[in-house]
Amino acid sequence: MAVELDVFVGNTTIMDEEVYQLWLDGYTVNDAVKVRMEGGVLEEFEASADVLLSDTMDQYRTFQMCERLLHSPAKLANQLLFQIPPHRQAILIERYYAFDDAFVREVLGKKLSKGTKKDLDDISAKTSVTLKSCRRQFDNFKRVFKVVEELKGPLVENIRQHFLLSDKLARDYAAIVFFANNRFETGKRKLQYLTFQDFAFCAGQLINSWTIGAVDNMVEDMDVDLDKEFLQELKELKILITDKDLLDQHKSLVCTALRGKTKAFNEMEARANFKAFAFETFIEPCRSDRWTASDMRLYLTHYTNSAHILDTFKHQVVWDRYMGVIKSCIFKMYHD
Amino acid sequence: MPGKLKAKIVAGRHLPVMDRASDLTDAFVEVKFGNTTFKTDVCPKSLNPQWNSEWFKFEVDDEDLQDEPLQITVLDHDTYSANDAIGKVYIDIDPLLCSEAASVISGWFPIYDTIHGIRGEINVLVKVELFNDLNRFRQSSCGVKFFCTTSIPRCYRAAMVHGFVEELVVNEDPEYQWIDRIRTPRASNEARQRLISLMSGELQRKIGLKVLEMGGNAVVGYLQCFDLEGESGLVVRAIGTACTLDKLSSGSAPNTNTHVHPNTAPASNACNSPSKDGKEPVFGEDLPSFSGPPTPFRALPTSSSSPPPFSPSKPCSRQSSSSDTDLSLTPKTGMGSGGSAGKEAGPLKTLLRQQTQTALEQREFPFFTLTSFPPGFLVHVGGVVSARSVKLLDRIHNPDEPETRDAWWEEIRQEIKSHAKALGCHAVVGYSESTSICEEVCILSASGTAAILNPRYMREGCLDIGSTDHRFEEPSPPSCGFCHIPYDELNMPFPAQLTYCYHCRRQKVPDVLFTTIDMPPEAAVTGKGCLIQARLCRLKKKAQGEVNATAISNLLPFMEYELHTQLMNKLKLRSMNALFGLHIQISVGENMLLGLASATGVYLTALPAPGGIQIAGKTPGDLSNEHHILTIQKRINDTITKNKELYQINPPELTEEVVGSPIPEPRQRSRLFRSHSESSDELSELDLSHGKKDAFVLEIDDTDAVEDIHSLLTDAPPPTGFYSCNTEIMPGIYNWTTGVQMFTSVRVFRLSNANLTNQGLNKIFTDLCENLLKSFYFKLRSMIPCCLCHLNFTVAVPEEELIQVAVTAVAMTFDKDQTQEKPADKPVTKGCSETEEQLQFPLELCADSSSITTQTSSKISGVPESTNVSPRVSSLERSSPLPEGRSRSLRSNRSFGGSSVPVVKMTPLSFLPGTRIIKYLGIINMFFIRETTSLREEGGVSGFLHSFIAEVFAMVRAHVAALGGNAVVSYSMKECVLMENPNKNQAQCLINVSGDAVICVIETDQESMPSTINVVQTCSSGADGAT
Repeated sequence: MAVELDVFVGNTTIMDEEVYQLWLDGYTVNDAVKVRMEGGVLEEFEASADVLLSDTMDQYRTFQMCERLLHSPAKLANQLLFQIPPHRQAILIERYYAFDDAFVREVLGKKLSKGTKKDLDDISAKTSVTLKSCRRQFDNFKRVFKVVEELKGPLVENIRQHFLLSDKLARDYAAIVFFANNRFETGKRKLQYLTFQDFAFCAGQLINSWTIGAVDNMVEDMDVDLDKEFLQELKELKILITDKDLLDQHKSLVCTALRGKTKAFNEMEARANFKAFAFETFIEPCRSDRWTASDMRLYLTHYTNSAHILDTFKHQVVWDRYMGVIKSCIFKMYHD
Repeated sequence: MPGKLKAKIVAGRHLPVMDRASDLTDAFVEVKFGNTTFKTDVCPKSLNPQWNSEWFKFEVDDEDLQDEPLQITVLDHDTYSANDAIGKVYIDIDPLLCSEAASVISGWFPIYDTIHGIRGEINVLVKVELFNDLNRFRQSSCGVKFFCTTSIPRCYRAAMVHGFVEELVVNEDPEYQWIDRIRTPRASNEARQRLISLMSGELQRKIGLKVLEMGGNAVVGYLQCFDLEGESGLVVRAIGTACTLDKLSSGSAPNTNTHVHPNTAPASNACNSPSKDGKEPVFGEDLPSFSGPPTPFRALPTSSSSPPPFSPSKPCSRQSSSSDTDLSLTPKTGMGSGGSAGKEAGPLKTLLRQQTQTALEQREFPFFTLTSFPPGFLVHVGGVVSARSVKLLDRIHNPDEPETRDAWWEEIRQEIKSHAKALGCHAVVGYSESTSICEEVCILSASGTAAILNPRYMREGCLDIGSTDHRFEEPSPPSCGFCHIPYDELNMPFPAQLTYCYHCRRQKVPDVLFTTIDMPPEAAVTGKGCLIQARLCRLKKKAQGEVNATAISNLLPFMEYELHTQLMNKLKLRSMNALFGLHIQISVGENMLLGLASATGVYLTALPAPGGIQIAGKTPGDLSNEHHILTIQKRINDTITKNKELYQINPPELTEEVVGSPIPEPRQRSRLFRSHSESSDELSELDLSHGKKDAFVLEIDDTDAVEDIHSLLTDAPPPTGFYSCNTEIMPGIYNWTTGVQMFTSVRVFRLSNANLTNQGLNKIFTDLCENLLKSFYFKLRSMIPCCLCHLNFTVAVPEEELIQVAVTAVAMTFDKDQTQEKPADKPVTKGCSETEEQLQFPLELCADSSSITTQTSSKISGVPESTNVSPRVSSLERSSPLPEGRSRSLRSNRSFGGSSVPVVKMTPLSFLPGTRIIKYLGIINMFFIRETTSLREEGGVSGFLHSFIAEVFAMVRAHVAALGGNAVVSYSMKECVLMENPNKNQAQCLINVSGDAVICVIETDQESMPSTINVVQTCSSGADGAT
């Protein structure tokens, strides 16, 4: 059919969620038609391939026209061009800002710069997420990053208000922004087994407890930058390691508490000489020693509590702020 | 000094970046009306400027108020060079001139630029103060209401139907002026938009004057069209039906006389017949001068007997309206009143004659643009009358003056009138006019349905309570009366197979009935209806001038004949016997003619069952041929059986004796009256012989015929769960729910092969239409069960090898479980609560998301604490520790705050199911041009048109919302002219849309429904008694 022009415009904008997903996933019109045909829409609704092609093209055009609005979702609500029911708007936005875990895992902690954008084709090849979709996701990260960068107030709320996202998605974006800002390396080989959700959880913990925002909620970047004062105070915790008395005292307390409660006691004992927890020095060995998750939980609980009993240990508040996060992060990260 | 127009520019938002350096815009606004211009201050460096201007006041004549639009231009201030225009808004202030319509225009309007499309929005307030005009010689007609709706508007009662009004204005097309060579495309487009806006205003004003002259106060079924003639000019013409309408107060409306037949009497009927809520518009004479009891007919004061209320100082019409009055409407004795069909018909017709005679002293054409009527108004329907005429535009002597075109239309209307007369009818209803232009050739077409109207409704005044009584003296029951032949059976205008009415058994009915009107809601039908289309292409040689016109004229009768045959065949194939809403469009191109006939087929219980279709071969001896014929015959019979099932057509079996016809007419014929002026003055009557009595024989004598039969069978029925029709509502479906989706779709097909045959072309054209329908079904599949209503196809041949089909329709959901008659309770939306919610008025589209928007603005100025009560906002409490003062300033700031977009529904129908129209706010009549010089970048011609149509919708919605409305009814896209030049990366498109802005409210079950149901039930039992 030499159809030169073919448009369909509804007063209420018609959007098929399946096609929207295909568009978001970066399928070309023809590929999308193929996928839809395999999906069985045709048999379901005695239509021909032409009909499907025409429908897909129409929808793709609509999405392209909407894309500009989706870049600042607030506009979608008071623009006049498309009449879209509110619940549909919410779906459009939420889906547009949704991302692939595989993709985000690759860029997490990297600088959201042009350089990274150039590497997207490699990431695309590696994650088998189409380049088009990679670009959209990357641009979304960057857009959110730029907008919230200079805002006061809580990070998650800012994201949620500016991009009208669900709480869950806003938290994920907060994590992405947090990692991008602090450039935490997440690409190391040993960290490969961790999912984005693990990191997102940790970021959430860090944001809640370790950033400036946890103390003062009216500062710029309050949730993005770690509380410098706190980091200073952390140094004082080293006394647990550097002070031989304290170390031994703490160690014996932990060991007493743990004795008889776990089979893996021996190894635990061995590891009771504590350092500041870092991933390589704690989780990795424990994993190789096949601690169970409950062992880990037990150990950390006692480890935290024992410190409180130490008379000479003066930094209880900082210790709690430190260990609270460490504990929950380690629980989260400690899996196969 | 008859009026003061006041405008205030409040704010702008989402403006485009005009200064690349700062990524901002220094915007200001020019407000222009007539020759007066005001300017706002420049709002520097903002994409969301706040002007909060003073009130700009224009003191103007009301004549100008009617003609001129308010013109708002948004510009970017530039210190060193000329200011750049961002875009414009034209606001038609006509709705403010009528006390019953809108009182203020206030809202966000898209800023439109003919090159860039919509570029941000502007918030404007407009008011009008009108002073009483005591001048009798005025040229304005403020206060006359206009309605696109082709029935009596829902919240009005027709006190009097005065009749046909028409007007035509001509101007030079700015695109063809010499200056166009040196000005920018933008300037040219804007000149055109402005001119057409002015011409529409002038046209409306002039028609309004005619209405006032007739003693009316409104125009119903207002149909305005543009003819882009090119070199010879730009014509804007309009027709309508003048009425005197009384507003019904919603509370006191009498609920007594709902004429509803049991078949069509479900609760939802409240929406699909004009008798909604029992607010019965009744036709009658209710002039101010009229007092006392209804006088005998002869003494009836008509508008002509009372002094004309206004005597215009100059002739307001360029129409030769005084001429040709000798051609009286009165049926000639031989035709009309001789031996009439029923015994009551004799005096009735005498009555009619007298009535029409008095009426005729005032009006020349007894035409009505209405397509549905108050019950009892339509007495008999004769059939479709149509006339076409081929004209040469370059032969107009005085192109700037309207006389020539007036004379052309005059000629056509006279023909229509004489056709109606030949059918024994004194009026034409469902009347419409159209043109098709290609280069210098123009085909003018007019069509309508010949009918006899009830004079009683023109005689009596308020019939609010009384009309039920009249039903008993009515010669025929309303469910079948309109089918009874209006002509004399012994002296028939054409041979036809008559039988006694299958419903009342008292009067004669024809075997098939074709009409251009909507099916009367009280008509008795069997099963459901369906869309029937006849499509046809005819090649023609390229030619110039007279030769071309002659060639076209010669082709026209053949095309009409074939379209008619196709319709008849398809009707029989579906086992139906009547067509409603018939619309035949013939479009001319350089090397072909396109014909498209659309109608809604129905099985009218009153009419005889259609016979089957029989196939006959020309050469009976040929065995293989014989076999072939048998297979085709079988396929046809199977299709008929299948269709009967599909459309639930199970007419009650009738005994043969009743069917007997007193007329020994061996051949069954039906005829379509048509003619065209280039041929002789005699009527060229097409007799479509149908062979034997109840079978319709198709002869296969050549391959063409075989093709024709194949194409008959290729029309796929709509998929399960779908119905389609081109009338307001689908016969046989009554319980509409509130799901509504209006859409416009355009397809252009490029013919690749230069050596196409008629057959090949037909196939392509048929496929194009069929595929469009299939696409609709597919796209709207989530609405099942649903019906595509008012499917309006428009075909055009924009270029030599292009066929363009544009469709506007509405998909409406209905309740499947209650498709059978008389649902006891209101079909409350089951799957459509969302849509229902959207309709609440006034409704904020996104209470939720907009409040979030409000929050969003905290980035700039703070978070208002109590803008909207939504769960999401309240959960954000901790995010708003901002100073009180800032949030307050934000709240008063209109550009953010509670600005949410109100939902505006659009429908080509005169109602929205499940809602009640409480106010008509005025007519929407908008014309836009869009042009691009970067076609590829805008997504090709599809992308270009897609965004343009979306923009047009957006602008219509914005205007309706600014008037305070929440819906557009009787919406239509009159014109969609697309010109493209992909090689130059250019395209241009013109779109004209119209409709009625309304406020409608959801019909709540508790309040209005129970009473309506009661009324319906009591009345239907009453109707039973009457029949």
